[in-house]
Amino acid sequence: MSRDDLYLETAEGAQELRPRSETPPEELRREVGAVLRRPETLDPDSPAPDPYDATVLDVERSDEDTMIINFGPQHPSTHGVLRLMMELDGETVVRSKPIIGYLHTGMEKTGEELTYQQGSTNVTRMDYLSPLTNELVFSMATEALLGIELPKRAIWIRMLLSELQRMSSHLMWLATNGMDLGSTTMMIFGFREREMVLAFFEKTTGLRMNHNFIRPGGTAADLPDGWEDDVELICDNVADRLEDYDDLITGQPIFRERTEGVGAITAEEAIAMSATGPILRSTGIAWDLRRTMPYLAYDELNFDVIIGTYGDNFDRYAIRINEIRESIKLVRQILERMPSGDYRVQDKKVTPPPRARIDESMEALIHHFKLFTEGYKVPEGEVYTAIESPRGEIGCYIVSDGSAKPYRMHIRGPSFVNLQSLPVMLRGGLVADAIATTSSVDPVMGETDR
Amino acid sequence: MSLLATLPPGVCSGSSGAGQALLFATRPAYHGLIAALKDAGFEMLADLTAVDYLSHPGRSLPPEVAPERFEVVVNLLSLSQVQRVRVRIQVPESDAVVETLWDLYPGVEAMEREAYDMFGIVFSGHPDLTRILMPEDWEGYPLRKDYSVGRVPVQFKEAPGPR
Repeated sequence: MSRDDLYLETAEGAQELRPRSETPPEELRREVGAVLRRPETLDPDSPAPDPYDATVLDVERSDEDTMIINFGPQHPSTHGVLRLMMELDGETVVRSKPIIGYLHTGMEKTGEELTYQQGSTNVTRMDYLSPLTNELVFSMATEALLGIELPKRAIWIRMLLSELQRMSSHLMWLATNGMDLGSTTMMIFGFREREMVLAFFEKTTGLRMNHNFIRPGGTAADLPDGWEDDVELICDNVADRLEDYDDLITGQPIFRERTEGVGAITAEEAIAMSATGPILRSTGIAWDLRRTMPYLAYDELNFDVIIGTYGDNFDRYAIRINEIRESIKLVRQILERMPSGDYRVQDKKVTPPPRARIDESMEALIHHFKLFTEGYKVPEGEVYTAIESPRGEIGCYIVSDGSAKPYRMHIRGPSFVNLQSLPVMLRGGLVADAIATTSSVDPVMGETDR
Repeated sequence: MSLLATLPPGVCSGSSGAGQALLFATRPAYHGLIAALKDAGFEMLADLTAVDYLSHPGRSLPPEVAPERFEVVVNLLSLSQVQRVRVRIQVPESDAVVETLWDLYPGVEAMEREAYDMFGIVFSGHPDLTRILMPEDWEGYPLRKDYSVGRVPVQFKEAPGPR
């Protein structure tokens, strides 16, 4: 195949799931998940088949047996604008393909046009259910390039906020997952508790979402007066209500029937599909960047990494509800040990001066003007930082050319990568379970499409 | 570097500012290097992306590496050894074709589609190389440096209209 053929083939290639007769064999092998599986007819000791070899393709159906249906992007249980195309044989899903891009807003391109100072406003809008995580990973990448060390309090404020963020994100997931499985009570409960966390964020950052609070160099402000009482109240309340959720959902026969053994994925498949976060942990692999590659000050805190066994929807549910408990544990430890001091680095080239100083000091005025018109210059280099978001590994790759704007800013969105494992989970399941499985992947389309 | 006992030909190590492990590979050595790293314990491909160095050709590179317009950047992760490594490959503009990694890491599929969609780098052997974020009939590759940022003219309420 020449290069021109490749261009011709891909320039206007269809993104949709096509009938088997029109699908090239290697694409079909991928769509039926044959890349990850060994055909059952094959001798178990022989080497894995060549993925390009069409002769070992295990196509057991023809187009006459199956029907391709479209699901989304406007369907309410797709959590945004995810479009799923599924090939069904009766009620069984044979192939499926997530089609994304409906929320693409070119945030990586926008990030190249904004200074580092403005950048956190942009990235916070990607994963809109955990905006602080996005700001954190962007700030950490910028700080790695700048080579600045943060004051202790800034690190601990960041940790407190990311753990509260994990709680609110998982509560939101419990709510929407409950809704997808027909439990409207759970939806109301989840949103109610999440609102408590968001109210605290509003008090701290001024906004319920898209805070732009964690910035390169520290945080935008200190925690508000009386934050200890607010956080204590949130922890006590959520801890109590998690018991209610257990009564309502965890032991409920209908819920267990619909989640246990549904949408299972093995550890090998999850690793091969680059899945991270609760999907990887549900298969029994204790991989949590907070523990395995500690950032901030997570190595000083006690918490458990929750893992599952079967990699099914119930495991992913159990991991998330127990991670809320771990986050409460972490928040309580942070509450006890919060150090005093500065909440941002005192470097006049990076940190804007306090408002009051601008009225008295000429230099402060100049620094303020320079920072907000030109921004600060970041030394040349490139860096990849990764942290554990509620959905998995969120990474930020920044290339700096020495100017005040990132030359390239790439976010590795966990939802974007995790969505690839959805066809593996859906294969062989019922179409009615597809909604529960999609929900258990917890995709946030803002981050998937960026 | 303890990643591989000996670096294969066409591969050299570099240093990144933040002390992260970094390897540079030529295009013919690329697929073999990733396969060797996979055997050396890098089970997961964390990220694949590309960079267009059109307006920043003078970046710091080891002397063995000749700069080209594009770079494909692969971040590998080892769960067993708790280690990361980054591999950078120079891709010329005139022949922007790179071998796919899909046969090694099936999870690279969406990331390679994204790099194709945004930069127009063709990953030969990819099973389904179509645009992933942009519409199918989109022209141009948005993250290239010669692709300008879109602008919508602002129409103020009181301003007189065009006619």
